[in-house]
Amino acid sequence: MSDAMSLRAPESVERRRRVRPPGGADWAFRSVLRVAGFAVLAIMATVGLFLTQRGADALGQAGFGFFTTEEWATESGRFGIAAVLVGTLLIATVALCIAFPLALGFALYISEYAPLRIRRSLISLVDLMAAVPSVVYGLFGMVYLQWNALEIPRWISEYFGWIPFLRVDGVDPDDPLASETVYATSTFFAGIVVGFMIMPFICSVMREAFSRAPVGEREGAYALGATKWGMIRAVVLPFGRSGVIGGTMLGLGRALGETIAVYMIISPVFAIQLHILASGGNSVSALIAQKWGTASPFGLSALMAAGLALFLLTLVVNFVASAVVARSRSGQGSEG
Amino acid sequence: MTLPADHEVRRDTRALHVQDVITLVGAAVAAVAVTGWVSGRILPISGAIAFVAIAFPVFLAFTALLTWVGHDGLTVRDRLAAVLAHGVAAVALIALVCIVAFPLVQGIDALVHVNFFTQDMSNAGTLDPLTLGGILHAIVGTLQQITIALVITVPLGLACAVFLNETRGAFTRFVRTIVEAMTALPSIVAGLFVYASLIIGLGIERSGFAAGCAISVMMLPITVRAADVVIRLVPGSLREASLALGAPQWRTVWHVVLPTARSGLTTAVLLGTARGVGETSPVLITAGFTPFLNFNPFVDSQVSLPLATFTLVTSSEETMKARGYGAAAVLMALVLGLFVLARAISGREPGRRRR
Repeated sequence: MSDAMSLRAPESVERRRRVRPPGGADWAFRSVLRVAGFAVLAIMATVGLFLTQRGADALGQAGFGFFTTEEWATESGRFGIAAVLVGTLLIATVALCIAFPLALGFALYISEYAPLRIRRSLISLVDLMAAVPSVVYGLFGMVYLQWNALEIPRWISEYFGWIPFLRVDGVDPDDPLASETVYATSTFFAGIVVGFMIMPFICSVMREAFSRAPVGEREGAYALGATKWGMIRAVVLPFGRSGVIGGTMLGLGRALGETIAVYMIISPVFAIQLHILASGGNSVSALIAQKWGTASPFGLSALMAAGLALFLLTLVVNFVASAVVARSRSGQGSEG
Repeated sequence: MTLPADHEVRRDTRALHVQDVITLVGAAVAAVAVTGWVSGRILPISGAIAFVAIAFPVFLAFTALLTWVGHDGLTVRDRLAAVLAHGVAAVALIALVCIVAFPLVQGIDALVHVNFFTQDMSNAGTLDPLTLGGILHAIVGTLQQITIALVITVPLGLACAVFLNETRGAFTRFVRTIVEAMTALPSIVAGLFVYASLIIGLGIERSGFAAGCAISVMMLPITVRAADVVIRLVPGSLREASLALGAPQWRTVWHVVLPTARSGLTTAVLLGTARGVGETSPVLITAGFTPFLNFNPFVDSQVSLPLATFTLVTSSEETMKARGYGAAAVLMALVLGLFVLARAISGREPGRRRR
């Protein structure tokens, strides 16, 4: 065997030219890049570490009760995120109920129905919606929307009040003079505004996935006599499925973390409020913003622990989302 | 010369027929009429939002009914899907216009006074008229904080994006996964992180610098991801041509990859900036609110435009609210300006140029 090897590679053969010698400028260049990558990684990885370190104090004292207590009285030691966590999930659910159909319809409109001339402008508009500050969304919801759309929650609770979470206590539907403020500052309106906020994010992921549906399959569907909607159902939606799921999850992650718009709209309560149409509710991030200014050092530690819970929740959602979206992107490259 | 009797009739391939337009107009008129009658007689409602909420489903029903008269089920479903997509797009566009225009319209009262841009709130009490006090302190704060954030984000973010594209291996994939998962990092968590690490850990006081750091923690993954996507679009043939001519990797990146992706990178940074400028909660956590003008970002509280908007609007005084709308309008104008700039620079995507 060794004879064969030596036969194939005699001593006199010219050594393969190395285009780039090891070391030198390129080595330094790649080291700099590696340091930058590592720095970004370190910043991102230490987020959880620092929150755990600062929140350990409060977590140690509250123990498992941190996840089951509804109150937030750090001075008397009775505090937990049960109520705010449920509130966060409810707001995110309402937001998705609003954002998902809007984003799906808008994404389909842009990628399938819109005239080619205005398609680019529409894509820019979606990006612009994503860049509008959340305080502006919150302002719109707080000052305009919730006082001009009170009929909607009133109507829903009147006709669908028999569904437990749509009931609103303390109003008489037959009393024409009844105050309508019981319908404002609710989980419902906070969810609507957050839904409008996350809609552009979901929409742009969906549109990207839809526009990648191959032309050949599209034309094949038309050639078989499909209507436009038939083509969308048979080609565009199946090809874009992971984009739809992943985009929705990305939007969910954002909805869970939204702070200031929720803070502006909702009137905080520290009990599990399942009646989404009734005034009152809360979310983890809004709780942190509300209690921040007046918190004692121990209170700060408790808020850090709440922030850690929120961080872990959004991290899980985002990991799943980016895994799903990445699967839809596989095989895509610039060469070709 | 006459055509044979059994000549093929040319198929009508027009997308839009007069009949369809008539159907849609008819359905719209019927929907408005029915909704008007319903809201007046059966459901005592008022307001434009509730009106649209009822009229749109009614419109869909009439469209389906009218199409069904002359066509089969397939066509009805096709029409409904088209009308639904157009309707949803219209709702989204109207919502965008309302949300963007709302602070601009409401803020007019405050914006017409010059002092709104040249004074801070130090000598304007809660009951003072709009001719006294302004948001200069918030404008200065926003500009300084975003500058600090950009100084951190741009070199680090672009280097990281180049790193993701120029190296292969498990570590690169890991960094990319982490960055992607962090793009939706809740901004308040970014604020908490900077508070825990810089303010408690290193003893820096609550200041504009801390707020800038918090904004950059939030902007960093967004910028890295956008820049990564843009750099990935640079055609591989350009990079290979440069390497084949004997250029080392760093020259290839510096003279070929980055210049090709320049417009896209600028857009990525500007869009990240637009997001960072509008963040309220990190500033609330790390810089605190102050009515005073503070030119030094390293000492003492420093307010930003979104935080000023938030604080002013949640006040109970009408003049304070008006100032809040004004601050929101200035913020919105800033974001719009950054956005238009980003679009003007971006032009065409790299790699598409030669097709």
